[in-house]
Amino acid sequence: MAHELVEALSTMKEKDALRIVDEMLERGAEPAEILALCSEAMQVVGDKFSEGEYFLPELMMSGEMLKKIGQVLKPRMAGETAGKAKLGRVVLGTVRGDIHDIGKDLVGFILDVNGFEVTDLGINVPEEKFVEAVRENKPQVLALSGFLSVAFDSMKTTIEQVEAAGLRDGLRVIIGGGQMDNTVRDYVKADAYGESAMDAVAFAKKTVGVA
Amino acid sequence: MAAEKAWADMTAEEKRAKRISDWRDPPVEWASPEAEAEYKARVDRVVAALDLQVPDRVPVNINAGFWPGAWAGLTPYEVMSDTPRALKAWLDFTLEFDADFFASPMLYTLPGSAFEALGYDLYSWPGHGVPETAPYQYTEQEWMLDTDYDELIADPSGFMMRTYLPRVAQGFASFKDVPPFMDYIELPFVSSSLLVWASPEMQESLRRLLDAGKIAGEWLGQALPVLGQMMASGYPGYFAGGTKAPFDILGDTLRGTKGVIMDMFRQPEKLMEACDRLVPMALDWALRRPFLSTPVIFIPLHKGADGFMSDEQFKTFYWPTLRKLLLGLIEEGIIPFLFAEGRYGSRLEAIMDLPKGKTVWLFDQTDMARAKETIGQVACIEGNVPLSLMHAGTAEQVADYTRNLIDTAGKDGGFILDIGAVADGGKAENLHAMIKTAKEYGVYA
Repeated sequence: MAHELVEALSTMKEKDALRIVDEMLERGAEPAEILALCSEAMQVVGDKFSEGEYFLPELMMSGEMLKKIGQVLKPRMAGETAGKAKLGRVVLGTVRGDIHDIGKDLVGFILDVNGFEVTDLGINVPEEKFVEAVRENKPQVLALSGFLSVAFDSMKTTIEQVEAAGLRDGLRVIIGGGQMDNTVRDYVKADAYGESAMDAVAFAKKTVGVA
Repeated sequence: MAAEKAWADMTAEEKRAKRISDWRDPPVEWASPEAEAEYKARVDRVVAALDLQVPDRVPVNINAGFWPGAWAGLTPYEVMSDTPRALKAWLDFTLEFDADFFASPMLYTLPGSAFEALGYDLYSWPGHGVPETAPYQYTEQEWMLDTDYDELIADPSGFMMRTYLPRVAQGFASFKDVPPFMDYIELPFVSSSLLVWASPEMQESLRRLLDAGKIAGEWLGQALPVLGQMMASGYPGYFAGGTKAPFDILGDTLRGTKGVIMDMFRQPEKLMEACDRLVPMALDWALRRPFLSTPVIFIPLHKGADGFMSDEQFKTFYWPTLRKLLLGLIEEGIIPFLFAEGRYGSRLEAIMDLPKGKTVWLFDQTDMARAKETIGQVACIEGNVPLSLMHAGTAEQVADYTRNLIDTAGKDGGFILDIGAVADGGKAENLHAMIKTAKEYGVYA
């Protein structure tokens, strides 16, 4: 039987979840204990998303509830370390000329709850900013997002410039968003295209050698 | 001979027939008798498909965004700043590719300077928030707050004028002070209501609106003759105007995606009440058709696609008020054109709950064979050559895809060939291949 916090979070009972967190803290629970339950709940949400039971609304609501719980816990967590080690690093962004962020944010959120350190460069990101972030963060995965056809060419030039900077070897690149498919993947010379946010997780896990 | 029946006395069917006959006989001076014959053949071909009949061949439309500009070597920025060159590009593109409709410049060529004058923060456009090479895009945020629902529901027009517009456009900033128009019905009370128009802030708002309006007027003076020229050359227009699903009105530019999703959990009743309240506004939006008299109204669908919500959420939040809007449009003899962008596979059964032969659905990445078996039994379906193929495929791949589409979705009529999503560019030879395949392979025996 799942903890009542896990139950509340994974069934989108926002008020209940926040009340339970308050009660746990009053009873002297450690923030780490609450965060572990949050992770457990996110696992349930992620599974339901993969199985086609949950969709964008539940993921966004989960993100919102986690943010609120984070705000409650933050003052009590001063000095504590960031938590367990990450599975790997991902640099993420919507490419130049495109300012759509819903898909990108979703992928960032899902990768984060699945244990990846995500550097989100935002929207309308110029090629050189991607190059710089890859150089600095040394990610295993570069994830490029775009909704419009203008993104096709920006993805292509981004990957070309990463390659020209000598950073393409060993880096795995995935693209995603509205009109992306295998034709575009070949055109931009990415390694994969993701149809849903879960594809990005599977790709990142495979890349870092986690089943 | 009996006098023509008054519009208000006509049945939905009679209104539809009248709108179609106006579409078929526009008040233009034909370039040649052949052009007139081609124009009418095109309308007949499309109407047959819309009526789920078998036309002479598969009709074909080009779902073009900024592509005519790109094809003529113009960036989106140039399209939105050099009106004569832009309009020429749309005209030349129409003549060159020779589809069954003209490529409409109306959604793309209004100069960016009009939006500058308006101070339109709701969108970014080429050279203003996005690069000159990128198309205009919505800047998503919670322009309407979660606490605004009661005001919207009580008085949608008042809310839009005094609360929403001042937040999204500097030209409307002072409209927050506009008093109710009831105030003007008695002379002794008018003085206080007039004062608001004298404030420096209001004069600044009005100056912006005058400037923007002037730019729009000059643009329209150049664009309308080009539309006339395209029609006179044999190409009908497709859409007379547009409207939106009530849920999308809220979920796109009012509350934004995240806002509307939070409302689904936190205040579902208010959200549904607001959607309901917006149905007559959405209907009215569609019925005002300023530029063309075609019977078709464009409705882009966004937040109801696969992945954006569950089937249950679709049936609760999205579909009921969209359906109400569609029935209202059909009652007025309008043919709603629904652009189901993204994937719509999980909604195909739900959307079948519509009168037969009264709507047309443009699908993007939905399986067209399944669409044909489901919604295709009650509505004309349109689509869906992938944008990626137009951009990065070969002409042969496009022709193959199109032939397969004609075999499945085009079987027994009720189908219009199109690109699945709005194309801001692509290879000219690929577009030629799509259209040639419609004209040759798409001939019905």
